Amino acid sequence: MNMTLGDLIPLTPLLLVTATAVITMTLIGIRRSYPLTAGMTIGGLLVTTIFAASMIGDTNAQVTPLMIVDHYSLFFIVVTCASAMFIAVLSYPYLFSLNDNKEEYYLLLGVATIGAVVMVSSNHFVSAILGLETLSMSLYGMVAYTVHSRDAAKYPLEAAVKYLVLSAAASGFILFGMALVYAQTGTLSFSSLVDLSNGSTPGLGAAYSIVALLLIFAGVAFKLSLAPFHLWTPDVYEGSPLPATTYLATIGKAGMFVVLLRFIEASDALSFESVVTVLSLVAAASILAGNLLALLQDNLKRILAYSSIAHMGYILIAIIASYYSEGTVSIEAVTFYLLAYVVMSLGAFGVASVVSSSEKEFDVIADYQGLFWRDPWLAVIFTGMLLSLAGIPLTVGFIGKFYLFFAGVEAALWVLLSVLIIGSGIGLYYYLRIVYRMVLPAPEQVSFRVGGMESFSAYGVLSILLLLLLVLGVYPAPVMDLIESIAAFV
Amino acid sequence: MILVILIGLLFLGGVLAWISEGLDARFPRIVALVTVLLDLLIMLSLLGGEGWVASIELEWLPRFGISFFLAADGLSVLLLILTAFLGAIAIGAAWDEITERTGFFYFNLLWTLAGVLGVFTALDLFLFFFFWEVMLIPMYFIIAIWGHENKNYAAMKFFIFTQVTGMLMLVAILMLAYFHYEQFGTYSFNYHDLLNVRTSGQLEIWMMLGFFIAFATKLPSVPFHSWLPDAHSQAPTAGSVILAGILLKTGAYGLIRFAVPLFPAASMEFAPIAMTLAAISILYCAKVAFAQNDIKRLIAYTSVSHMGFVTLGIYAWNEQALQGAIMTMLAHGLSAAALFMLAGGLQHRIHTRNMPDMGGFWAKVPRMAVVALFFSVAALGMPGLGNFIGEFLALIGAFQANIWLTVISAFGLIFASVYSLWVIQKVFQGEYRNEDFDDSHLSDLSRREMVYFIAMMIGLLWMGMYPQSFLALSATSLTEIMGGTQQVVLSLVEGSL
Repeated sequence: MNMTLGDLIPLTPLLLVTATAVITMTLIGIRRSYPLTAGMTIGGLLVTTIFAASMIGDTNAQVTPLMIVDHYSLFFIVVTCASAMFIAVLSYPYLFSLNDNKEEYYLLLGVATIGAVVMVSSNHFVSAILGLETLSMSLYGMVAYTVHSRDAAKYPLEAAVKYLVLSAAASGFILFGMALVYAQTGTLSFSSLVDLSNGSTPGLGAAYSIVALLLIFAGVAFKLSLAPFHLWTPDVYEGSPLPATTYLATIGKAGMFVVLLRFIEASDALSFESVVTVLSLVAAASILAGNLLALLQDNLKRILAYSSIAHMGYILIAIIASYYSEGTVSIEAVTFYLLAYVVMSLGAFGVASVVSSSEKEFDVIADYQGLFWRDPWLAVIFTGMLLSLAGIPLTVGFIGKFYLFFAGVEAALWVLLSVLIIGSGIGLYYYLRIVYRMVLPAPEQVSFRVGGMESFSAYGVLSILLLLLLVLGVYPAPVMDLIESIAAFV
Repeated sequence: MILVILIGLLFLGGVLAWISEGLDARFPRIVALVTVLLDLLIMLSLLGGEGWVASIELEWLPRFGISFFLAADGLSVLLLILTAFLGAIAIGAAWDEITERTGFFYFNLLWTLAGVLGVFTALDLFLFFFFWEVMLIPMYFIIAIWGHENKNYAAMKFFIFTQVTGMLMLVAILMLAYFHYEQFGTYSFNYHDLLNVRTSGQLEIWMMLGFFIAFATKLPSVPFHSWLPDAHSQAPTAGSVILAGILLKTGAYGLIRFAVPLFPAASMEFAPIAMTLAAISILYCAKVAFAQNDIKRLIAYTSVSHMGFVTLGIYAWNEQALQGAIMTMLAHGLSAAALFMLAGGLQHRIHTRNMPDMGGFWAKVPRMAVVALFFSVAALGMPGLGNFIGEFLALIGAFQANIWLTVISAFGLIFASVYSLWVIQKVFQGEYRNEDFDDSHLSDLSRREMVYFIAMMIGLLWMGMYPQSFLALSATSLTEIMGGTQQVVLSLVEGSL
């Protein structure tokens, strides 16, 4: 199949992100200017977001066998690019005083976004793995970016190496699984995998299919930091500079989940009972391990790392539910919860990165003592994000939980629902612990200064996120309708 | 529309109170009081109507058939007025006690009240759950910020208990909505629609339990009561007033409005167990109350004991018993709130809640002693006061349903006299010693405090002397609620014959 010029039109968002990265690179070559580079990246991502948002209604094209640009991909392109833009804004004050070359950070961020855009619009193993690797490679760089700054994130190099080695191993699993799938079906496109469960196809037999699926799933579970593949998560989150952690925790996870969802929906993988069992066990283990281990932490980044493990487990329940229920509610649940998760994680990490900088990170809970009385607005934002992660009404997290419960009830997954309830109950404790710290009287020796001029735009971003959090929590009907209409495309 | 105004006013008043702190630390309490009194006035206009006196239904989340559906009948109106009345009393209790971060305090207070009003009027189950959870967060802040020595533990326990059991209810609600989809082809969370959903067997029992556990935790009933003594003893006085006076009643309201009517058959089957739990609550918590040294913990346990009569009345499910349950809710709201205010007032004056340190206060604070005697006597069920009417009706009704459990529960009245009079004896009578505390601030009730207490006394006397004015309001609601379940009950009785 030859590509025509017409094929390029649906790819505009991807081309725009790529152009952003290329222009950023050229700019750095011509003139090193931190504000200019950052502005260029933010502007490019903003244009892409707007452009992709305008295309959602009427674009539905398979561009080459590798990429599909339908309503669903475009929705997540918007989410990805908007998040990347928010992270870029939040990074600006963080890196401002870094005593090193800081322009390339935005280049890495741009390239990572290219990878994420490719991932969310792939329905073929080749594009999925290409996108994944582009994203991961750039993330290694972002994680290690402050390596020469002694007081920033404590162990950027350790985090980067850990992430690199384990991530490469996980990619290896995925590739091996892909090879087995190819041996079975002779194709690498998601949509041709329907025959996988059908024992009559020529190939290696059903047992190999199961092995292939489990290998792929293990690799994916690593990237999503699902238990028992989660061990790297807290260390890498803690070791990386905050903006990189934010990127990893939001866009990295959302992109991978979209690939997983498309793969599972296309491949009929859940028709194997053993695969369902494994997925259910992984979901339950992630929820319990994530929530229980978070109880023991005093470091904000580690708490959020464990909580993200739990949240990934929550979403996996909806993925399992999608096999048992007829309608698209479970797919909508995955989509909405991913959106909610991105918003609230961006906010929670964003608050930490506003008060931190590349010179010093404030990521111990005790640093936030009395924030309510020192900077009420920031504390309100943080409280909103934490309550949303806990799934309390008025916030988007509650609507997300509602979706998950609905999907679970429809599919009659009672055991997993009980685990979800227990997990959320445990989760309340560590979220409230942070909130409680913030309402205590401020200590004499305050850890950080609040409300500097250079973080003005970061406050703006956080306020937008809080607004999103509340609007989606109180009147989500328009977004619900949108998600209902795009869910049919998966 | 009037209901939206009632709730919206409180939300708005809360924000205003918070902002007004910037001008002067005394403004928030004035803003809060004006808001609540305004609400109370508006509510009075709801009196006198028949059936659903106010209702509003707007589309909210059409994807799941969720609407913004508020409506109030006689039962709701009674509880709305109780809420606003005690809200005003709570602001009075906080008037001098809360001196730090007043803006945020009154913000939380008003938002809790708004959540409670929502709970009492929501007729869409999603909306109901929404308000059910919304009232938790501000209450958490009230305990966690302005509470006493062990506030973090108490606030956390309160929150986790109510939230986790709330999620069980959410699952049950979703199951109902899903069954509605299976039987009628559309999702719906509308109360009237869901009443038509036919459920049976094991699943109905599970769903009923989801509701029951959530409500029994809030009520609270043994074995879900252990959060209450901690929350009460650690909360500031205004927090205790709201908790005991209003928040506990949301659980009872939920049982009457939702748990039983939605699952009549399962509830009838479950009634003996629920009534047994009620009897255990009454006797066990009365006994535990007697063993307390902390005066607030004592009152907290007596609350559990009194709410046992409510559960007993509800699961007897006949008109007398239900009327009794509702009267007990109202009367206990006033008497428990008053007792908590007295305990809080004492703590504010002498900085201890430990009863062995107290004694002989009658001579020092005669007005307070008389007020305390009045409300203790009310709590133990003296004829002529509201609590008597409520508990008596609940027992008469329950007697028709289950003789033995009623007989056993009636012993609760005797225990109530024992611990009530014991408190009076410990605190106000005997010899006055002040070696264990600083009595330099031990002053009698101020004129402002007397106003609140007299208002509550009038309320209790009114309930005791002319209960008809309250019974008439709830009667029509009860007829409607019971009419729906009647058929199911009858068919069950026939089946068993």
